[in-house]
Amino acid sequence: MARPRTKTIKTDYLARVEGEGAMLVKIAGGRVEEVKLNIYEPPRFFEAFLRGRAFTEAPDITARICGICPVAYQMSACHAMESACGVEVGGQLRALRRLLYCGEWIESHTLHVYMLHLPDFLGYESAIELAKDNRDAVARALELKKIGNEVMSVVGGREVHPINVRVGGWYRAPRKKELQPLVEKLARARELALETVRLTAGLDFPDYEQDYELVALDEPGEYPIDRGRIASNRGLDIDVAEYEDHFVEEHVPWSNALHSQLRERGSYLCGPLARFALGADRLSPLALEAAREAGLEPGERNPFRSIVVRSVELVYAADEALRLIAEYEEPDAPAVEVEPRAGVGHGCTEAPRGILYHRYELDEDGTILDAKIVPPTSQNQRTIEEDLRGVVERSLDLPDEELSLLCEQTIRNYDPCISCATHFLTLEVERR
Amino acid sequence: MLEREGEPTGLIDAWEGAGAVWLVDAVSSGAQPGTVHRHDASSVSLPAALFDTSTHHMGLAEAVELARALGRLPQTTIVYGIEGANFDTGETLSSAVEAAAARVADAVRGEVAQCTRRR
Repeated sequence: MARPRTKTIKTDYLARVEGEGAMLVKIAGGRVEEVKLNIYEPPRFFEAFLRGRAFTEAPDITARICGICPVAYQMSACHAMESACGVEVGGQLRALRRLLYCGEWIESHTLHVYMLHLPDFLGYESAIELAKDNRDAVARALELKKIGNEVMSVVGGREVHPINVRVGGWYRAPRKKELQPLVEKLARARELALETVRLTAGLDFPDYEQDYELVALDEPGEYPIDRGRIASNRGLDIDVAEYEDHFVEEHVPWSNALHSQLRERGSYLCGPLARFALGADRLSPLALEAAREAGLEPGERNPFRSIVVRSVELVYAADEALRLIAEYEEPDAPAVEVEPRAGVGHGCTEAPRGILYHRYELDEDGTILDAKIVPPTSQNQRTIEEDLRGVVERSLDLPDEELSLLCEQTIRNYDPCISCATHFLTLEVERR
Repeated sequence: MLEREGEPTGLIDAWEGAGAVWLVDAVSSGAQPGTVHRHDASSVSLPAALFDTSTHHMGLAEAVELARALGRLPQTTIVYGIEGANFDTGETLSSAVEAAAARVADAVRGEVAQCTRRR
């Protein structure tokens, strides 16, 4: 039998994504012929589910879209509803939201860095195998994640799907003394985060770069988390309300998912690499120093080094949480009054994996008429496909099994939900 | 009694220091809705195919193995899986599952009582 000129890397069912998905990479005659990544998004089902619901229910309902970043959904939903009703939540109520978000960044980034991505870099099949050889690293992850969860528990009322969040603010604002026990823990988290930067900075990184359009929130004086305009490294600078004027969703024939694109320029990347590129100068001094020591510059364009950026963001999140707690003063009321009115509202915040956009249309009673939710996962999809293509093109000489693992590692640069799925990646080689 | 997402680090944290733990989760193996699966995972891995239906990150089987690798799995670890009927977004529990849940609750109560009597 003659040797094949066609190679297919295919998985029909990517489990453990936000929804279900499949991946296909076709190589023929020494060239990458085709790359398809299909993610069917449950946010689409949630959009339908939200119609007819009260505006006040959106944070709790949308939180269920994701178990790893419920706060991001709650925050984007709240902002959108507040925008529709002409209300702004500022001051200490907003500070508490940023604090809650820091807790989520800590637990989400820790989970991704240690449990999902690190095994790839160290040659382990899973975090379980890694734990057998390096108990300390995984124990550190557990301790760090626990602290993030505790912040979410104290501020949000519960570790997962926090129950204290509502449109207008909170059901209950914490007492200053309730936040105090977090101080020592966050200081410890900061230490563990610095160790994480040192660990990830020393990993071996595939040599790959892309000239991305990087999109992140932009707010003067702060590293982007919970508010700001939407900006890019190619001159994009818009209010959140203008999102749909600049971002379009395109239905691709091989997928139920909609591919998000910039109207004028096509694919883009959101997430840690984008935030760092646009906002590094607004990191805390300690986080910035850690980045420098790790050899990270805002010009970083190697997506595999996003694991180092996430580690730096861990340092920042701990630092920022400590600052917010130190400056916290109990507000007079746990929430501002929000009267419903007919109209459209937009909200966009930085989920751990990138910008998460919500838009709602309400009637005069505050009943949701229409909902649109664009998670960072779907916004990055086209870029993920392009990167898969680019990485594979540079690695055609690799044996099949290594190539398959490299594809998985590449996908994990962007999103834990998809990355978990790639445990099911199978490689089919047609030999003709 | 604690309600958790099934994500491993949270679970390991929740049962820290416990001598025995009972875990109850929904499963989807194609069996009749309401079917109850019981596994003793104290020294044997859970069947991954049955307990890996989490929509995110790692499933319950992996959580148990991770705990085992870290030396943080309680000496007695019993896992009940209840076969689900409908995993679409929605609000209600199907009657078969509700009935099964009641049966499992009784079973767990009995086992916990037995376990505590032995101490």
